[in-house]
Amino acid sequence: MTNYDIVIVGGGPAGLAAAVSARNAGVEKILILERDKELGGILNQCIHNGFGLHTFKEELTGPEYAYRFIEKVLDAKIEYKLNTMVMDISEDRVVTAMSREDGMYQIKAGAVILAMGCRERPRGALNIPGYRPAGIFSAGTAQRLVNIEGYMPGREVVILGSGDIGLIMARRMTLEGAKVKVVAELMPYSGGLKRNIVQCLDDFGIPLKLSHTVVDIEGKEHLTAVTIAEVDNHGKPIPGTEERYTCDTLLLSCGLIPENELSRNAGVTMSPITSGPVVNESLETNIPGVFACGNVLHVHDLVDYVSEEADRAGKNAAKFIKGELSDGSSEEIEIVATEGARYTVPSTINVDRMDDKLTVRFRVGAVYKDSYVSVYFDDERVMHNKKRIMAPGEMEQIILLKDKLTEKPGLKKITVKIEEE
Amino acid sequence: MLYDVIIIGAGVSGSAIARELSRYEVNVCVLEKCEDVCEGTSKANSAIVHAGFDAAAGSLMAKLNVRGNEMMDDLCRDLDIPFKRNGSMVVCIHKEALSGLQDLYDRGIKNGVKDMRILTREEALELEPNLSDNVEGALLAPTGGIICPFKLNIAMAENANVNGVDFRFNTKVEDIVKDEEGLWHIRTNNGEYVTRYVVNAAGVYSGVIHNMVSKDDDKIEIIPRRGDYCLLDKEVGTHVSHTIFPQPTNLGKGVLVSPTVHGNLIVGPTAIDIDDKEGTNTTADGIGDLIAKANDHVKNLPMRKVITSFAGLRAHAARHEFIIGEVDGAPHFIDCAAIESPGLTSSPAIGEMVGNMLKDMMGLSKKANWISTRKDVMNPADLSVEERNELIKKNPAYGNIICRCESISEGEILDAIHRPLGARSLDGVKRRTRAGMGRCQAGFCSPKTMEILHRELGLPYEEITKSGGRSNIVMERTKNQKGGNN
Repeated sequence: MTNYDIVIVGGGPAGLAAAVSARNAGVEKILILERDKELGGILNQCIHNGFGLHTFKEELTGPEYAYRFIEKVLDAKIEYKLNTMVMDISEDRVVTAMSREDGMYQIKAGAVILAMGCRERPRGALNIPGYRPAGIFSAGTAQRLVNIEGYMPGREVVILGSGDIGLIMARRMTLEGAKVKVVAELMPYSGGLKRNIVQCLDDFGIPLKLSHTVVDIEGKEHLTAVTIAEVDNHGKPIPGTEERYTCDTLLLSCGLIPENELSRNAGVTMSPITSGPVVNESLETNIPGVFACGNVLHVHDLVDYVSEEADRAGKNAAKFIKGELSDGSSEEIEIVATEGARYTVPSTINVDRMDDKLTVRFRVGAVYKDSYVSVYFDDERVMHNKKRIMAPGEMEQIILLKDKLTEKPGLKKITVKIEEE
Repeated sequence: MLYDVIIIGAGVSGSAIARELSRYEVNVCVLEKCEDVCEGTSKANSAIVHAGFDAAAGSLMAKLNVRGNEMMDDLCRDLDIPFKRNGSMVVCIHKEALSGLQDLYDRGIKNGVKDMRILTREEALELEPNLSDNVEGALLAPTGGIICPFKLNIAMAENANVNGVDFRFNTKVEDIVKDEEGLWHIRTNNGEYVTRYVVNAAGVYSGVIHNMVSKDDDKIEIIPRRGDYCLLDKEVGTHVSHTIFPQPTNLGKGVLVSPTVHGNLIVGPTAIDIDDKEGTNTTADGIGDLIAKANDHVKNLPMRKVITSFAGLRAHAARHEFIIGEVDGAPHFIDCAAIESPGLTSSPAIGEMVGNMLKDMMGLSKKANWISTRKDVMNPADLSVEERNELIKKNPAYGNIICRCESISEGEILDAIHRPLGARSLDGVKRRTRAGMGRCQAGFCSPKTMEILHRELGLPYEEITKSGGRSNIVMERTKNQKGGNN
């Protein structure tokens, strides 16, 4: 068994940024394990621009954004292994990996950073009735086929779900000469970023039908048509509203699921809301020395926030192996998300261990206009920030200051909620 | 070429018959309209090895069910496929229906089913804590089991092929006529085949094939009886450990809840008679109906964990009995028709019965060198770390994971492609290896599997299909790759 100070599972944006920050914090032996044939993760197939406005103050494509971090990893001579699948992570931080070259082997890690990203919800999980022909893809699979492999799935496209990848693919397929006929979204609001709706649908005249879903799929060998219908408040199709679209391709962009099989097997406690690990202020899971960041922790809207979060995970993992992450003598404060706020990351704070400033990210469960993000320390409201608009497709954040928390000894609970006034 | 026997259909019945015939000195060919074996009823069913208490006492169905069940252990050992006797349980939820359990028990005894017991409510709940709170009692049949229907079908066909049976895929029978010498001429989309004997194992089309040669007063109507299913994530595969049935009705054995031999949970089927012999579409009503029915006898069903839903067609005939034998007025034409549930269970016995029938009719003698066993695509997860490393050293492809959900390596996929009657499509790979059968439903591995099919079979990407025919995955190159202007 070989030993590393930090093993990072996944070489996408989260893993890369975590590695760089751990190295900057002085950690020598770092190993990134990546299952694909190159570093960069899913960014490599995101060839559109719009990445890095926060981090680099300029607009980059996905591969360009990834390369900024890959360069740093290469410059810092951080070790990485490609084409390597992590098969298991144990509670005592033994990582079992496998590849063609090295076979199956184990690594003892001082700390583990989970950075496996997320996957798309497949058709099967959506219970869409109809036939099961060729021509139905999750949007990300189609994105890989088009952008990496260089093949078009079809020419006439319907998209179910308005997640960001679906919106991006509506534009991409259009630019490749396909006709995108409609984007149907089950919810009364889009799951994607506003800017993507404008730039990928509106600019190309592609209709977005909110509160609509696919109710039938035709085609015994290859897809020939889908039928969409309007849904009621309970998401049930309304008879008489059916519209049939002939098409050869159906793309699904109906949600992303953090990929936590390894975490679960290791005994990491999961949040039923995010499907990611429950973490504290240090982005550490219930298993000491196992940290999580990026889309494996909770699905992000912008990669810039992934990089920022991963940077913190890398720093904290470095502190952990150097014994600088204090045990935290102060009591753990619970952060509760309620009334419109669906969850928070992190979900607990130990004041002793927190930095001077702590970013707490969350998502809302519906569209809110001219409402307030309120934060309560126990029963006392300490923050009341007006937001013109909040939507489930975009992440929200609050910043907690250590000073403010140390002023409140005995604080048990911080509550984050959305208030109309 | 003149064949001794042509079998129409490479489903589980046709393949079982082919394997039985491969024991003898005889030229056999299987004609299949699809691009692979196991493409019809055999691929979309409950994957259950029934104990045999359901079929009417004295029926051929009952006899072949019990015989097939008995044969399954040896067959699965010889063919190296997974089979588990997890036991079947018929649950009664209405006090007034308790006598029905006794009726089933009595029928089971008449059919020769061993080791059955009637359980009290308490005994049933002790074995299965997730049974409905309304459970009043249950019939337990420990000989009931679970199997992989794809692997059973594929293994029998593969073994038949290794022993000399030809398979012709993408070959659809259009007409059958008899010449003056008594030879059968089978016209297909791929030319004409001539044979001394014909076996009709055409599943939902067995009526159509029968009616090509039968007398006017001897027509068979096969009614496709559609059943919707939901397959749930392995995470909830232990919600029940036995196969849980409701009490049967005149539409069949009802909606069952069962672990699969691979560790998923399966719920289904519904039963709706339709006209379309290719009508394997699920419906919202069907799925809603099966969830409601399953909830009657199993509680807390985690339906949020569905990873896929599908529908299969049973080859139902009004008499609800297998039709096996020489067609009246059509000498040397053997029907193996109306094989609905328990057809999968019965298949080894159907093979044996039809094999013996033809052996006697044709006076066949045994081959000296018949190969009775085959090895399945290996499952490296069963190996120790040392053994696995040894394997990867010899063949590095076993170190390259392609399907992350089911942990399937490139080595297994290469084996599936290059073995006898190997895979040529994504579904072919999936049914032989399980690559793409996990919770992400091939989102991750399909581009990788396509790359392997492209490389190994020399197939252009545009010709790689999901399951043959016009089910191609991609249509054309992108503009940039075509060399055009972007």
